[in-house]
Amino acid sequence: MQTILNRRDILQKRSSLLQQVRAFFYARSVIEVDTPILSQAATPDVHLHSLKTQIQVPGIKEPQSYYLHTSPEYPMKRLLCEGSGDIFYLGKVFRDADYSPRHQVEFTMLEWYRLDFTMRDLIDEVVELIQDVIKTPLNLEMLSYQQMFAKYALIENVFEASSQTYQACLTANGVPEIVGVDDEDTALWEQLVLTEVIEPRLGQDGIAVIYHFPAKDAALAQISEDNPLVAERFEVFMNGMELANGYQELTDAKLYRQRFNDSLLIRKQANLPLVPLDENLLELLETQGLPDCSGVALGMDRLFALQQNLQNIEQGISYGLRDA
Amino acid sequence: MATYSTTEFKGGLKFLMDGQPCSIVENTQVSPGKGQAFNRVKYRNLITGKVLEKTFKSGEKVDAADVVDTDLQYLYNDGEFWHFMDESSFEQYQAAESAVADVKQWLVEQDSCLVTLFNGQPISVTPPKQITLEIVETDPGLKGDTAGTGGKPATLSTGAVVQVPLFVQIGEKVIVNTEKGEYVSRAK
Repeated sequence: MQTILNRRDILQKRSSLLQQVRAFFYARSVIEVDTPILSQAATPDVHLHSLKTQIQVPGIKEPQSYYLHTSPEYPMKRLLCEGSGDIFYLGKVFRDADYSPRHQVEFTMLEWYRLDFTMRDLIDEVVELIQDVIKTPLNLEMLSYQQMFAKYALIENVFEASSQTYQACLTANGVPEIVGVDDEDTALWEQLVLTEVIEPRLGQDGIAVIYHFPAKDAALAQISEDNPLVAERFEVFMNGMELANGYQELTDAKLYRQRFNDSLLIRKQANLPLVPLDENLLELLETQGLPDCSGVALGMDRLFALQQNLQNIEQGISYGLRDA
Repeated sequence: MATYSTTEFKGGLKFLMDGQPCSIVENTQVSPGKGQAFNRVKYRNLITGKVLEKTFKSGEKVDAADVVDTDLQYLYNDGEFWHFMDESSFEQYQAAESAVADVKQWLVEQDSCLVTLFNGQPISVTPPKQITLEIVETDPGLKGDTAGTGGKPATLSTGAVVQVPLFVQIGEKVIVNTEKGEYVSRAK
């Protein structure tokens, strides 16, 4: 009986959070959109694994391959190109193989786009939303990626640090031995300092916002006008966990295709399956153009876990992967 | 030799690290979303018992360790080796000091123990949780003292020393918890 009561309590709180988040956007005249989960295209991002399914489409003999979206980004950007205005999506997305106390293969994402917002404007809105659902006042720490490395890893210039510097930092911080990384893979040693040394310390007493990620990690963010080394990309951390990831969006159609093709090339080199690009999006970017905007994705299961002090996001989900 | 990829990692998986058999205690996947995935692994070296940590790049492989847990009957100690027998196949195994170091004071002839074999050799032995042993030495307690306060050390037939209540005497049999090394009760 106790567990049934707790369960209803959690369901009630989750329901309140969903309602609260929707109210936040309705009050700002941001339209909720319900984009397709199935797509003939998939993200070429090397680190995201799309689930694939076969669909029997009437009129076509062979079953057709469709991918489950890893985020609603592409259809949302299509809507933006077509003049939708400010929009948000609150629903399920899928990432194969990601499963841990802070990951589920199927999880709930909140993603929204704001026209004429700079990265800075959007950061302010993300912080407002978090503060809105987590009632206790939170400290806010804002650091550039470079400042973050200087403060938490004592690496002054992350753009010029060597593989040896990163390895020494890991050793100095008592990080257990790492197996399988080449000595000279500087980018990967940098990532390890980020995930093993820095991230656990971010947002330990509130919200940490990290902005100006290196241009090599721009994804679909714009490169900064005043510094070609960095992108207008930010991430939000609480309790050592990434909660949101946003960009001042790239609008140049040619750069979209270029970055997609770069990702496909890396996929090919890494023997990862190649995926069809979203030609519908690429065509609209060329013909209609994406309006100036910023967009962000936020993990709702993580936000709920933070709000309710849950150790594993699965505790806040009706059924996790193993019980689904 | 069989190998396991990081995608197969989970608690209890037995693998070889630097030639020694190890068992995964905890495996946590780290997927940063914008970078390479890793597995943070806590594992126990089954020979030394030490718990260690390593982080494996996703896709790395480790060699499988031929480790099995089996119930064997303890037979005797010949001064150098401790001998065990499989009660169904009658196959005998001899364990070196290193495999029984922590538990040899709880090994009672004829008792069935859980023995971990690595490449067919015993590397660790877990005695039954409760065993019965005779007291061979202890101070004479006060007759009639049944309060059980304080207690006194008693040496058991295997050489183990445990705290027993004052009323327990030499020659009596007692039940001992082998995990805690504690007296449980008199044996009937």
